[in-house]
Amino acid sequence: MSVFIIRRLLQALVVIFVMSLIVFAGINIVGDPVDLLISPDADQAEIEATIRRLGLDRPWYEQYGYFLLNAFKGDLGNSFIFAEPALKLILQRMPATLELAFAAMLIAIVFGIPLGMYAGLKPDSKVSRTIMAGSILGFSLPTFWVGIMLIMVFAVMLGWLPSTGRGDTTEMLGIQVSFLTWDGIQHLVLPAFNLALFKLSLVIRLARAGTKEVALQDYIKFARAKGLSSRRVVLVHVAKNIMIPVVTVLGLELGGVIAFAVVTETVFAWPGMGKLLIDSIQLLDRPVVVAYLLITVFMFIIINLVVDILYSILDPRVRLKDVKA
Amino acid sequence: MSATTEHLAASALSDQARVQTPFRRFLSDYFDSKVATGACIMLAIIIFIALFAPLISPQNPYDLAVVDVMNARLEPGEQSWSGDLTFVLGSDGAGRDMLSAIFYGLRISLGVGVMSGIIAMIIGMAVGLMAAYFGGRTDTVIMRIVDLQLSFPAILIALVLIAILGKGVDKVIIALVTVQWAYYARTVRGSALVERRKEYIEAATCLALSHRRIVFRHLLPNCLPPMIVVGTLQTAHAISLEATLSFLGLGLPQTEPSLGLLIANGFEYMLSGKYWISFFPGIALLLTIVTINLVGDQLRDVLNPRLER
Repeated sequence: MSVFIIRRLLQALVVIFVMSLIVFAGINIVGDPVDLLISPDADQAEIEATIRRLGLDRPWYEQYGYFLLNAFKGDLGNSFIFAEPALKLILQRMPATLELAFAAMLIAIVFGIPLGMYAGLKPDSKVSRTIMAGSILGFSLPTFWVGIMLIMVFAVMLGWLPSTGRGDTTEMLGIQVSFLTWDGIQHLVLPAFNLALFKLSLVIRLARAGTKEVALQDYIKFARAKGLSSRRVVLVHVAKNIMIPVVTVLGLELGGVIAFAVVTETVFAWPGMGKLLIDSIQLLDRPVVVAYLLITVFMFIIINLVVDILYSILDPRVRLKDVKA
Repeated sequence: MSATTEHLAASALSDQARVQTPFRRFLSDYFDSKVATGACIMLAIIIFIALFAPLISPQNPYDLAVVDVMNARLEPGEQSWSGDLTFVLGSDGAGRDMLSAIFYGLRISLGVGVMSGIIAMIIGMAVGLMAAYFGGRTDTVIMRIVDLQLSFPAILIALVLIAILGKGVDKVIIALVTVQWAYYARTVRGSALVERRKEYIEAATCLALSHRRIVFRHLLPNCLPPMIVVGTLQTAHAISLEATLSFLGLGLPQTEPSLGLLIANGFEYMLSGKYWISFFPGIALLLTIVTINLVGDQLRDVLNPRLER
């Protein structure tokens, strides 16, 4: 086990190193770092000071060293627009994105698993066919268009829910959150559902496939033969056994949800880091883009690492194969 | 593209009457399903519209001499103020006919999607075949890169590339190709690894044929069926991704508006209840993606040798 974890950790370190090289090369080969990281409004003295601070007057390998060092210290340059450290800006907006992402995951699980299990238990019923057709649609519909339609129906036509922003926030553990106030929840519903739609379809398919497979197993037949109520068989015996693939896939998809939050945040003007990224790209606020890039890459590598380790705990075959190879 | 090859193959087949060739079996299997047949017809209509958009559109939506601001934001079915044109799907903020704008947008969306799909397929195929044929270290390095890339969501990679490269049609295609090639590489490697162990490759090696000849004349043709399936589904994915990028304002420029950009342009009118400017391009996008996905799904079922028919 520990051999496996150490190997995975080393691999993650290598990936972080490679990705930082790619980002660094991207900045240096495609553009001129002086243009990229220093505001066009800066005066001559400011430019020279920043060049010296970021080590841009040194040969490239020393520059890369400075880049790494600065990244570790959390200094990725100041935003041109907000005149604040880029990293700080992103970290400020991260809770909003995470809140949205977790709300979406919750919706996907709470609705997806029962719907998928129903479709798996009664594959030929009309309701099941409707659920499956809906899940195909959920895969095909572009997220942003669904978001627009949600706004059109629920905000403009029916006027039930607000369409933009986060609403009232309260402080919890020093972080601003929306889900503790009624106004905040109202603001959260549409974007969270929009972001959840794709994962919801995925969970429905996973739960259905799992249920179909598990329902044929001997232990289910045995549980029924033992005279357990079908309610108990479904809720305990079937539900437990379909959870492993669902949880693993959802863990892997968490990164995808955070990335796709970019689209949902833009549609609903949700003040998260995805919206910040799009605004920064539009306004050519490059330090923020570079900082976002490094943070997300880092986050992804951590998520993948955690999922890999969790998976190896759930399924020992994975780590045995890897150690042998 | 596939339509013409089908025609050629079909005419060649008509000579050998009533023989159950693999291709004819493929056709009858495909058109077995009513949904898939409908999807195929729909796809043909969409491709027809995209190819002949300038000929069948009621107006050229980007000809400033035709477009009149007096006709801006008309509801579906209204007539233009001069009375010579009916806006079947309404008009947008600049007075363009939405139907024409959708036809032209479809042309651009489909063009970018198919183009990027073909380039990605060629690159992915070359890399994947190389990995499978040479094996060993080449294989390890290539597949590590593929795995690394597939562990990041497509939208993120595309956003980053656009942020670094800047906007424009060529940049969007580069981003879409970069996002997609890894899927093709992985698929073709999978099937090539199976094919490589078969006798005909051994026979070709014993004949001392060149690497190039073995790979391209023997290995490649036998790896094609799964590539067709991945190609169809990936093209739908590319169209959706391009629309998303354009909607975010990071895709195609205003001068070449794809469906995604049309939807984005209509978004600002949405809150005042003028739904048609973004609704209809969205329906067109949705129909295109669903149709291609349905065709791809049926192709997968038909071309999968494990499913007995």
